[in-house]
Amino acid sequence: MAIFEQELKTQRRSVLIWSLSIGLMIAACVLMYPDMESEMENVNEMFASMGSFTAAFGMDQLNFGTLIGFYGVEGGNILGIGGAFFAAITGINALMKEERDKTAEFLMTHPVSRTRVVTEKLLGAVITILLLNAIVLLCAGISIKMIGSEMDWGDFLLFHLAYLILQLEIAGICFGISAFITRSGAGIGIGIASLLYFLNIAANISKDAEALKYITPFGYTEASDILNTHTLNTGYLACGLLLMAAGVAAGYVKYTRKDLRA
Amino acid sequence: MVNAIETDRLTKTYGTCRGITDLMLTVRQGDFFGFIGPNGAGKSTTIRTLLGLIRPTSGSASVLGFDIASDQKEILKRVGYLPSEIHFTNGMKVRDVIRYSAKLRRQACQKQAASLCERLAVDVEKRVEDLSLGNRKKVGIVCALQHEPELLILDEPTSGLDPLMQKEFFEILDELNEKGTSIFLSSHILSEVQTHCRTAAFIREGSIIVCDRVEKLEETGAKKVTVSGSFATEGLPGITDFRSDGTSAAFLYKGDVKALLKRLSESEIRNVNITEPTLEEIFMNYYETAPSNTDRADPEGRTLWPYSNRS
Repeated sequence: MAIFEQELKTQRRSVLIWSLSIGLMIAACVLMYPDMESEMENVNEMFASMGSFTAAFGMDQLNFGTLIGFYGVEGGNILGIGGAFFAAITGINALMKEERDKTAEFLMTHPVSRTRVVTEKLLGAVITILLLNAIVLLCAGISIKMIGSEMDWGDFLLFHLAYLILQLEIAGICFGISAFITRSGAGIGIGIASLLYFLNIAANISKDAEALKYITPFGYTEASDILNTHTLNTGYLACGLLLMAAGVAAGYVKYTRKDLRA
Repeated sequence: MVNAIETDRLTKTYGTCRGITDLMLTVRQGDFFGFIGPNGAGKSTTIRTLLGLIRPTSGSASVLGFDIASDQKEILKRVGYLPSEIHFTNGMKVRDVIRYSAKLRRQACQKQAASLCERLAVDVEKRVEDLSLGNRKKVGIVCALQHEPELLILDEPTSGLDPLMQKEFFEILDELNEKGTSIFLSSHILSEVQTHCRTAAFIREGSIIVCDRVEKLEETGAKKVTVSGSFATEGLPGITDFRSDGTSAAFLYKGDVKALLKRLSESEIRNVNITEPTLEEIFMNYYETAPSNTDRADPEGRTLWPYSNRS
């Protein structure tokens, strides 16, 4: 487990910064909610008149008057974008980093199989993502307790679970790509995460593009769906898990066979 | 006894690089082997293939009796490797790097590590990103030696090391070699190989062009002859590498010594010097006479051989 430990050690500062940035932004939004609650009637009316803009963010089916409705949009956007970027960077760096930093030669001339390296790096990525989500969940939970408003904790947890799966999926896809590249990873990762995010917005705006929700993990994290059905869309979810598995498998296949750059 | 390294028509081609072609190489266990060649001749490619960092295009090889294709882990367990350019993860202290290396091997080697650090004057509290090339190399040496490997593969190990450190380093290698460790050292510095290695192979454009015991190579029968005065070479076979500046001449002579002496005694010469050629001169000879399909000289007429000594 030496490689795994090393991964966590080098990642710890970045995980902490990302977790606290996302967690504190969500907490700040939650803490602002009591002041905004009285004006939420107007906000709902305002959004109702904005047509497809409202639909793009799924706000047409959410009630801003309730904390969970408000949290679904605000928290969802912060955790959605922030978490997706973090997961993308974590995944894309995982295997590529050693070659980019020219440390691959050092690592791979120790008696460790490539499979073991890939496995420990994958485990490292999963654990950092779990850590980020635990810290964010804690920040959100504490801030909600602080304002003392009523909260549907079941939906709250399901909502966070959806975003955890979304991050794991993006990380899995990027992990696969990571085995194929030797530099400029972060840009590709953030590009992919952004693309997936916009695919969902497109799917929200146009009925014709709704099939895109099978491709983008943002399809099953849509707050309006989760809060109305209290479940995750199994079709979208299954496609997402399949994509994640394909990414991880590609990572294993490529990395155990590739020529390492000097 | 199995050989430390054995390759059979090992070939690696990639992209536009030459790599290595049908490489045949045998390194006996316990040997101190020098692997010499100019930059880009395929030294690192050979080593990286042997260690499984890259896969051969064709051919096969074994290290300490283990096949490079199927028993990579067994090979790496028994081998210590020092890359020509070594990099560590930024943010780590030297101490962490050395421990990490031992941990990856699942081996406790604190005693060895401490003794190596002392001999090589390694500061274990420094951060790796603050180290100079030479100091990084020293940390690499500790990592390559601390688990007491059966075979050491060293890729241009002395680059960046100051002369004192080089001396200490070779003392360590000699001690290990005496205890039975096989050493495979790649270098483009011939004198280094001549002083320390027992066997040497010369690689050029991806193929071995000569491989023999160092003293055998030195005793090719060839003599280095320097003559002052007028000296005619016509009708005297066995002369190579002839250079003359009008008043004196220098050449390698491989023919009949008597014929040479007879010719010398008949010539108007002021002085003569007959010595054993250095390994460098022997290799230069191979290097220039071996068939080549690419022109190795650059437009200004200098050879690309980095350490050529042609005064």
